[in-house]
Amino acid sequence: MMNKNTLLALGIVSALSFGASGAALAADAHAPQPPRLKWSFSGPFGHYDKQQLQRGFKVYREVCQACHSLKLVAFRTLGQSGALGFSEGQIKTIAGEYQINDGPNDRGEMFQRPGRPSDTFPLVFANEQAARATHNGALPVDLSVIAKARTYEVGFPGFLIDIVRQYQENGVDYLQALLTGYENPPAGETLTPNQFWNKFFPGHKISMRPPLEDKRVEYTDGSPQTVDQYARDVTAFLMWTAEPHLEARKRMGFQVMIFLIVFAGLGYFTKKKVWANAH
Amino acid sequence: MAKSTTMNGEQPTRRDFLYIATGAVGAVGAAAAAWPLISQMNPDASVQALASTEVDLTPVAEGQIITVKWRGKPVFIAHRTKKEIEEAKATQLRDLPDPQPDEARVKKGKEQWLVLVGVCTHLGCVPLGHQGDYKGFFCPCHGSHYDTSGRIRKGPAPSNLEVPPYEFATDTMVRIG
Amino acid sequence: MSGPSNFQPKSALLQWTERRLPILGLMHSSFVAYPTPRNLNYWWTFGGILSFCLGVQIITGIVLAMHYTPTVAGAFESVEHIMRDVNYGWLLRNMHASGASMFFIAVYIHMFRGLYYGSYKEPREILWILGVIIFLLMMATAFMGYVLPWGQMSFWGATVITNLFSAIPGIGPKVVEFLWGGYSVDQPTLQRFFSLHYLLPFMIAGVVVLHVWALHEVGQNNPAGIDVKSDKDTLPFTPYATAKDSFAMVCFMILFAWFVFYIPNYLGHADNYIPANPLQTPTHIVPEWYFLPFYAILRAIPSKLGGVIAMFASIAVLAFLPWLDRAKTRSAKYRPLFKQFFWIFVITCIGLGWLGAKPAEGGYVIASRILTAWYFIHFLVVLPLLSYYEKPSQVPASIAESVLGKQPLATAKAKGSR
Repeated sequence: MMNKNTLLALGIVSALSFGASGAALAADAHAPQPPRLKWSFSGPFGHYDKQQLQRGFKVYREVCQACHSLKLVAFRTLGQSGALGFSEGQIKTIAGEYQINDGPNDRGEMFQRPGRPSDTFPLVFANEQAARATHNGALPVDLSVIAKARTYEVGFPGFLIDIVRQYQENGVDYLQALLTGYENPPAGETLTPNQFWNKFFPGHKISMRPPLEDKRVEYTDGSPQTVDQYARDVTAFLMWTAEPHLEARKRMGFQVMIFLIVFAGLGYFTKKKVWANAH
Repeated sequence: MAKSTTMNGEQPTRRDFLYIATGAVGAVGAAAAAWPLISQMNPDASVQALASTEVDLTPVAEGQIITVKWRGKPVFIAHRTKKEIEEAKATQLRDLPDPQPDEARVKKGKEQWLVLVGVCTHLGCVPLGHQGDYKGFFCPCHGSHYDTSGRIRKGPAPSNLEVPPYEFATDTMVRIG
Repeated sequence: MSGPSNFQPKSALLQWTERRLPILGLMHSSFVAYPTPRNLNYWWTFGGILSFCLGVQIITGIVLAMHYTPTVAGAFESVEHIMRDVNYGWLLRNMHASGASMFFIAVYIHMFRGLYYGSYKEPREILWILGVIIFLLMMATAFMGYVLPWGQMSFWGATVITNLFSAIPGIGPKVVEFLWGGYSVDQPTLQRFFSLHYLLPFMIAGVVVLHVWALHEVGQNNPAGIDVKSDKDTLPFTPYATAKDSFAMVCFMILFAWFVFYIPNYLGHADNYIPANPLQTPTHIVPEWYFLPFYAILRAIPSKLGGVIAMFASIAVLAFLPWLDRAKTRSAKYRPLFKQFFWIFVITCIGLGWLGAKPAEGGYVIASRILTAWYFIHFLVVLPLLSYYEKPSQVPASIAESVLGKQPLATAKAKGSR
């Protein structure tokens, strides 16, 4: 009987997991799996590395921001708990460097004003058409939740193990791999002038030119000024924009787990005691 | 062994330590789980961070009252006449249900500018300007009369019209909030 | 819910109330004195767990609806607003999204338990059919709920599933336009899905009341599959079932919390964090995991109408189960052949789930067809035949005996099976 129960349990678990494999983006079968990197925010006690987020933010501002917006992210959130650790004054300064569309004013005209902490990052292009027009038809996507909007397929039994290992870094691993995955096209593959070859991009032909190069962004904290480091930092920053409450979530998760395990223990002994009367 | 089993489940079980502990832990858990459900009703982070409102005072003529929106509420900015200021200053505190001198309700040196949250302190209607027995504000809902300093003089409202936090960014620019 | 109760409250006020509205007596007879078979195992705790799941979904759902905006322009951003700005919004949204999957894990365990122990058999046919109705309502609710965040999977899932109805001969396209409220999935569709997504859980709650009522009328089935014969066979619901169910529920919450706090996006699709784009379909559309076996059946049939019919039939056939399996013995424990076919059926369902996540091409299609065929053969051929040809093994004389291990009686076999 016990054996059967175990079987059934296994069955349910695998049914559940097959679903999850379906959840993985079935991309080009030829795209290799991105390597799994070590991230400070992975695992049950994960937390953001404030220095890394600030570096990543710098990379975003000096590189990505030329084309990509962060329209869901408000300046004020840069300073909230579990974020980049900026002070109120720093946030005001950062916000003030952006021009925000506002209006209409008393004369019925729209106008631009410096940003305030309550504003979100402004759009880079007025609309999708404008963005495509300047990028040969390609659309630079908004990056607010990009770290959750990208993934790669994990086969059996990896996707089962990922439940136990709490692996949720599919998105960042992919992004880091993508940013560092540019290479020359293999022989026989032709690219149009606005296409580039990327090992990790589904279909390999990507319209985004290689955005990073060594020494492009100046770091003041002594971190290596390499493409690899830039990619890690900006990816970590994008994880924060996608999951700004990750630290609070994991912290509360630990408390809830401790509580539930204690409660389950008490519940077990209570049940035993109650049922002792029945035998 | 089986024969000795009796049905004693109908009797109340002993409330020993284990049961009390389990029940208590469960109650604590239920209470903790209820908190997020309640807390979510509070103003969220984006609402709390709502920007302050800046108003250019240049077009507001003497004797005029304009209404601007701040935190979703109307704010009156009255450019008071000399006569109105005199009246407000001359009023004796003992005549006021909610005693407060006019000086405490305006910025020093800017006495002509009266900035008020345009919400009647009775039940939240928007009073009308330059009306009522004291020619200040009059709430049409339940007949509360305010004077030229926005202080309650007559009617059911319990207190004076609220003065929002504000400052003069320049001589002609006021920032509310 | 089984007949008048002789419960008498102690206080005068409650006695006064009880004479006018016997609600305490109802509660007492349903959840305190109600006799439960003493041999129930932990698979029987999932009824309580399912009530918990429904409660969590309704409560978090009501709260989320206070912040959600059902508009094409605002839905995606309002969900992100919940995740970013609303106090504990991330928690509530994660609970609601993972909670849907937890609900289905529990309901599938509950259903397979019913299949294994023959809980659908006389006199529990209506109880079982009510369960099938709840399952259907759950599927509809989950489907519409997944549309609400208005991501790419939301939009294209809604498009594909509503297009199923275009298979109806003649009026199909009209029906689809009726469902959409337009010529494509758009604002009217989103808004009505939101309204119905809010309504359906309360209908589920209503059918759950009927389900529990029917259960308390006929009594619970049990692992031995035999009827309660004496007081010795049962234990009062409180404290026995209450303590056991509560413990199981807390264990279930640990699994739930694991997903909510540590891997909240594991059960969702990454594509749903891309705002809906009516001009571009994602490369690989997959429904939520709990729909995958049915999705595989849909794709296995090489005809549009045929696929749709097969998919709906795969659920409808469950409702006829009490009349397809006519064997007198309920529990698979005492049906050696049925037991083997049960496990083959479980593997078939898991296999269909796996195939549902795979692209519809090559060997996957062939495998889907074989498993789809077996799914129906199991219900329409195997179970009816087993009813006549299977020789059940010896069933214990009573529930008490099956638990307390009395020496088996030779005469038990004839009386006990049924």
